[in-house]
Amino acid sequence: MGSQGGFYQSKEFLDLVKSIGEARSKAEEDRIVLNEIETLKRRISEPDIPKRKMKEYIIRLVYIEMLGHDASFGYIHAVKMTHDDSLLVKRTGYLAVTLFLNEDHDLIILIVNTIQKDLKSDNYLVVCAALNAVCKLINEETIPAVLPQVMELLAHPKEAVRKKAIMALHRFYQKSPSSVSHLVSNFRKRLCDNDPGVMGATLCPLFELIAIDVNSYKDLVISFVSILKQVAERRLSKAYDYHQMPAPFIQIKLLKILALLGSGDKQASENMYTVVGDIFRKCDSSSNIGNAVLYECICCVSSIYPNPKLLESAADVISRFLKSDSHNLKYMGIDALGRLIKISPEIAEQHQLAVIDCLEDPDDTLKRKTFELLYKMTKSTNVEVIVDRMIDYMISINDNHYKTEIASRCVELAEQFAPSNQWFIQTMNRVFEHAGDLVNIKVAHNLMRLIAEGFGEDDDNADSKLRSSAVESYLRILGEPKLPSVFLQVICWVLGEYGTADGMFSASDITGKLCDVAEAYSNDETVKAYATTALMKIYAFEIAARRKVDMLPECQSLMEELLASHSTDLQQRAYELQAVIGLDAHAVECIMPSDASCEDIEVDRDLSFLNDYIQEAIEKGAQPYIPESERSGMLNISNFRNQDHHEASSHGLRFEAYELPKPAVQSRIPQTLIASTEIVPVPEPMYPRESYQTTMPSIPSDAGSAELKLRLEGVQKKWGRPTYTPATSTSNSTSQKTVNGTSQGDGASTVSSMRETYDSRKPQVEVSHEKQKLAASLFGGSSKTEKRPAAGHKAAKASSHMVEKSHVPKSSMEVASEKAAPAQQPPDLLDLGEPTATSTALQLDPFEQLEGLLDTTEVASAVNGAPAASRSPDIMALYADTAAGIHNKNDADLLSGLSNPSVTNMPGTTAMPQVTQSSSKGPNPKDSLEKDALVRQMGVNPSSQNPNLFKDLLG
Amino acid sequence: MGIRFILMVNKQGQTRLAQYYEWLTLEERRALEGEIVRKCLARNEQQCSFVEHRNYKIVYRRYASLFFLVGVDNDENELAILEFIHLLVETMDRHFGNVCELDIMFHLEKAHFMLEEMVMNGCIVETSKANILTPVQLLEKT
Repeated sequence: MGSQGGFYQSKEFLDLVKSIGEARSKAEEDRIVLNEIETLKRRISEPDIPKRKMKEYIIRLVYIEMLGHDASFGYIHAVKMTHDDSLLVKRTGYLAVTLFLNEDHDLIILIVNTIQKDLKSDNYLVVCAALNAVCKLINEETIPAVLPQVMELLAHPKEAVRKKAIMALHRFYQKSPSSVSHLVSNFRKRLCDNDPGVMGATLCPLFELIAIDVNSYKDLVISFVSILKQVAERRLSKAYDYHQMPAPFIQIKLLKILALLGSGDKQASENMYTVVGDIFRKCDSSSNIGNAVLYECICCVSSIYPNPKLLESAADVISRFLKSDSHNLKYMGIDALGRLIKISPEIAEQHQLAVIDCLEDPDDTLKRKTFELLYKMTKSTNVEVIVDRMIDYMISINDNHYKTEIASRCVELAEQFAPSNQWFIQTMNRVFEHAGDLVNIKVAHNLMRLIAEGFGEDDDNADSKLRSSAVESYLRILGEPKLPSVFLQVICWVLGEYGTADGMFSASDITGKLCDVAEAYSNDETVKAYATTALMKIYAFEIAARRKVDMLPECQSLMEELLASHSTDLQQRAYELQAVIGLDAHAVECIMPSDASCEDIEVDRDLSFLNDYIQEAIEKGAQPYIPESERSGMLNISNFRNQDHHEASSHGLRFEAYELPKPAVQSRIPQTLIASTEIVPVPEPMYPRESYQTTMPSIPSDAGSAELKLRLEGVQKKWGRPTYTPATSTSNSTSQKTVNGTSQGDGASTVSSMRETYDSRKPQVEVSHEKQKLAASLFGGSSKTEKRPAAGHKAAKASSHMVEKSHVPKSSMEVASEKAAPAQQPPDLLDLGEPTATSTALQLDPFEQLEGLLDTTEVASAVNGAPAASRSPDIMALYADTAAGIHNKNDADLLSGLSNPSVTNMPGTTAMPQVTQSSSKGPNPKDSLEKDALVRQMGVNPSSQNPNLFKDLLG
Repeated sequence: MGIRFILMVNKQGQTRLAQYYEWLTLEERRALEGEIVRKCLARNEQQCSFVEHRNYKIVYRRYASLFFLVGVDNDENELAILEFIHLLVETMDRHFGNVCELDIMFHLEKAHFMLEEMVMNGCIVETSKANILTPVQLLEKT
């Protein structure tokens, strides 16, 4: 029993803790704490408080802050307590200070002196207390004040001190690497410390140092390997054993370090193979900690220079993880698989069904991990299935952080592997629609550029089909409420450019929709600007086609509003629109040619068309123009003008040439006005250049200009037609299969139907048919791509057949094991089964079974991972189970309901209004506490307000 | 860095111990605890003991009424952290004898002292129960 001992506690403190412990809601807890704050504010500044009492006050302050309230009124007392002579009081003072203050707090300066003194103390416990504080409170400025003493302590006779001194040095390194850069060799020295604790602690800073600069530590490979070997051979003190594993935490740290050192280094890796192989063999795979070490081995093996034997062991462990019932092991398995497929991609295939199970698991953590794996194994053959799934999942979640991440991954995969432009547009539409505000604006520009450029040179028909389908889909999507701004910009631009191009929709259809957009999103100026320019284009095309232009009334009112807009940009666009409408067809044709967003704008930098005009002016006696470079004595003025430029650029008139067009302005208007410095190449000669570029990484500046001028180099090479030229080895059937979704689906179903014939002997096959289908579309790709080149050679055909056969039994075995497992996981692809699974789970108190199932005495032998433990039929567990029943959520509600009707005791909903007072909890808290203590000692289950408080954490 | 914080929270979501290895203001701590406790408490026992949150992960384990939550960086070995939690509970159990929520509440500073021995700068530095408990027990005798 951790009884009173040196930790004397007053009745007041016991009462406080008891009342906090029994508080049934956040509101009640807050009331207790606010009350406590008032009490302490009064008491703590009284004179001559005995130090035991003061220590207790400080702990009460810790409670106040821990429960979310400000206790800064008492910080100074915690600082004072660090000066105390009593070790316990001093250490409590240090603890409180580290909990209260950050390293930049003003009060730290008062502690540094104390720390300095304590570092010199004869009592090693005082030194340790001070070193703990050093690790938390010393910042860059105060490092020099304690550094010399910390360095001395590295050689202290007590291992506990050396260990903490090393960590203090580690902290200095984290805070300010330069201040201790001359001292890092000390970490190497301490690695050889004869105390395993010091050695183990030293691994932490070394790991960080090696991560930054691998090459300087290659000489330590041998040392790390030999330490790991000794640890694995149980040469360390038994005290470091954990569940019969020799120092597993040290093993894990060492494996992490070896992974860094062996990465891409064959020679270093060869030194590691034996010891890692030994650990693979020795590890107890039935305990959690054994599996933790095995997982670290896999990480190490997949990081260092590959070794076939180790990879095989790693694959075995992964398959065991994935087949386990434990979600934790499945999670580790999926993660490990993601690491290993980088080296041996073929391993994914044998686990396809397990992976799909994880993907469809209601457990969000597992699902996300699986998406991460899919992301790593995406290629052009399975991109459609994977991205579709990712988007579905993206739509289903609310967490913006993860939504952004998954959206950007979808975009990345789509750009990299899209089988067709049509698919790309559809995919982008879905991403934009559901996460538009979370994706980068560049993605929108890429999409517009793609629609404008289409498939490229020869197939105009396909291009216009693509555009019409885009227009059609956008008109449909506009019906949805609250679309993201970025997406609306794309929609407006495409509608303006191609809305009336194929004659399916009339100008009034499109303009009506555009006006609706401008009205519905009237707060978004960018969208309005896009809509206005789109309107102008539609009208210009109408005029150019010699059709009569009738402006819709809503459009007219919109223009009136914009002509008087506060935004100069909107105003200008409105005026331009007005001006364009007033022109005749010929003029409009010139300034606003139809479907010409990809055309080049030839810029006459000499402005030669003005020559006549200038000539005329000079003849009339005007001053000739002197180029800036030839002007003398006017330097100041030009300087002044340059300075002025920055302010002027945003508002006033500009005197110098316009700079290059901004990417945001995608309309044609600015392009006709803007003087570009270089002539954009015509699309035709561009393509050879592109294919040339596929062999070269594109130059950043080039990519930048592509951004500006609707060129497609950077993008097209990834998913446009040119991609297929380098990949000629894949036969035509591949590309056909992947051109659109439907034929891809066919391919998948043929594969699975083939599987079906193999498996037809087994009746269960139908169950997993859908799953197989998905598996085929996800993983089939890998076998297909592997096999396809072989299929070209007739001789290889037989062998490829063999390969297929060898896969099939495996998958059917998976199916069988699938069946053997309890049928909680419906084989359906649809989510139909999931809600029932969750709801049944929710009906039980989900943690009830877990409670108190671990008996300390049994732990070492019985803990075979959580699930195994929960099955162990020992008496303690049975007892605990019934006990758990007593304070099961609902029962607790009932109990509390007797004394406290307003309480709702749901996890998660903590802030509940509460009427009853805490005093109603019991007649005398002190009495009940003492009674509780007594019952506890007698080993009887206490019947207090909150029996949970007494529940043994371990069994 | 590794470990970012260690929390002990009961079934009602009330904090019983909090130790952060990077500085957060009171408001940030409050918000973070509210968010992650809600996330973890809503999960059932079949599900993973790991939850992704923002740019890090939470590894949690339940003992009777008390949840132990450890926030770790993404490259940390989750299973090892899960066992680290168990080691912590075993260590407290060895010290208190049948440790329960109330022991931690009454001896909050002791629980912190043990953590101070086990974790420094967000790294696990000591895993021998004897080494962890010796200084704590010596303190008691002073």
